[in-house]
Amino acid sequence: MILIVLEHRDGVISRASWEAAAAAQGMAPGGPLALLLPGAGLDALAQSAAATGVGPVHVIDHPALEQYSPDPFVRALAAAVTQLTPSVVMMAHTYQARDMAPALAARLSAPLIADVIATTGHGDDLLFRRPMFQGKLVADVRARPAQGVPTFVTCQVGAFRADGLSRGPAAPVARLEVELPEGINRQSVEPPFREARQAVDLGQAERIVAVGRGIKAQEHLAVAQALAEAMGAELAASRPICDNGWLPMERQVGSSGQTVAPKLYMALGISGAIQHLVGMKGSRTIVAINKDADAPIFEVADYGIVGDLFEIVPAVTSALTKGTP
Amino acid sequence: MRIVVCLKQVPTREWQPRVDDSGRWIRDTDVSYELNEPDAYALEEALRLREKHGGEVVACSAGPARVQTVLREALARGADRAIHVDAEALAAADAAAVAAAIEGALREESFDLILTGLQSDDQGHAQTGVLLAERLGIPHSTIIMQVEAGEDRVRVKRELEGGWFQWVSMPLPALLTIQSGINQLRYATLKGIMAAKKKEIRRVVPPAVSPVLEIVSLTVPSRSKATVLIQGSAADAAAELVRRLRDEARVL
Repeated sequence: MILIVLEHRDGVISRASWEAAAAAQGMAPGGPLALLLPGAGLDALAQSAAATGVGPVHVIDHPALEQYSPDPFVRALAAAVTQLTPSVVMMAHTYQARDMAPALAARLSAPLIADVIATTGHGDDLLFRRPMFQGKLVADVRARPAQGVPTFVTCQVGAFRADGLSRGPAAPVARLEVELPEGINRQSVEPPFREARQAVDLGQAERIVAVGRGIKAQEHLAVAQALAEAMGAELAASRPICDNGWLPMERQVGSSGQTVAPKLYMALGISGAIQHLVGMKGSRTIVAINKDADAPIFEVADYGIVGDLFEIVPAVTSALTKGTP
Repeated sequence: MRIVVCLKQVPTREWQPRVDDSGRWIRDTDVSYELNEPDAYALEEALRLREKHGGEVVACSAGPARVQTVLREALARGADRAIHVDAEALAAADAAAVAAAIEGALREESFDLILTGLQSDDQGHAQTGVLLAERLGIPHSTIIMQVEAGEDRVRVKRELEGGWFQWVSMPLPALLTIQSGINQLRYATLKGIMAAKKKEIRRVVPPAVSPVLEIVSLTVPSRSKATVLIQGSAADAAAELVRRLRDEARVL
């Protein structure tokens, strides 16, 4: 049986969890699947999960699980996995999974394959594809768990399609009892917050010109700025540019910044680390300008120019301002 | 405050990927290496904590002899001493094997805090830090953007998705995985480089490494999207791009 751990916020199961469920269905067509829902006050959420008919829903409903914190979650999920004896445990590769899944796997002496983008094979010979070396290569990986020990898998967000999930008649809900003694949580957790309100809403922009490491120095931003003005575009950046303080954090696109889907996304000197791609790959038309022909950004680009951005970008700006070329 | 910072040596960003004859690992004869970027931020954070609270920074790296280069670099930037967990097999080992090897070396150390980068730019499992914390039985927190250390507790700002953050506090000793951009990096000074030559690198040989993951094949990814590659001089390519964006994609 494949067990899918569901993540939820504000009373909604995350789309990424359903993507993981879709991945599980692809691995074991028609095979037994089950859903695991940890949290507190879960009656309505459990019913909505059961209504999908993906598989029976096992609920761990406990006040200690109201907010995510690694100690109670690892303890509760380890107990649930031990009771349910799945062969594979899947979840989305979210920040919560990155915090929790390695500890959970280690507690059960189980292997964890993280950031999976595809699966092949079946039965006892499942292979999991994951990016390596910043997406320059992909590896097909096999886990070697001990007898009776499950393999843990986290699925890259966006790599599998939640709308491809095949549904069925409503499935049953079962409550799992796990012991979470007082005082097992060594951490105290404060409520989530956002930094000062964002002045720029990149999500509303029709066109975006985004810069990455290839811009090399802050003073070169003017080259991108000129293109953005000629195009009527907002200026944005990948994480390293904002880490350096060259542009404010609110202009960052990617998993830790904003997710955008403009009509046109111009990626200048952006190699295309997955953390960036997840924030922009929904854009309608993507243009990549990069000196490295092997850069992963070209995998999502509709149009590409391989070359020196300091020559090409001013040429594009001038082609635009000249009118019809 | 005694701080251990775990560093990984990874291929440089400019490295062009080449797979070896086995098809399961990179051809590592023509690779140049550098310090994993998030680990550089972890080292910087350790040095800043020591400047504020006093104590010691110990740099630790697991891998073959070549990883001594990143340990020397850490010593030159200001780490007090270093531990080299020395095994050829660690060059291509999975996160579980690396965490087990480091755990053995750290069992002989006493520390208040272990810092490491949130993930490595080579295999990118994003597991080693959390696995190490679990093996050592200490609390952990991941993707950290600010550290406030107290007498026997630490309060940290954890990054969540989509611009959200959360403060979490826990008793020491603890392990934190550090996000890039938490601080501004310093570079080694000539004085630091000279001083590093006199600092100790303790060599620890771990027990045999037993991987739990097997790489069956390593390949250059195939393109899922047909990218129109526009050729020609800068002016010609620019004109062609603008034409296609106007007439074909209709986004201008």
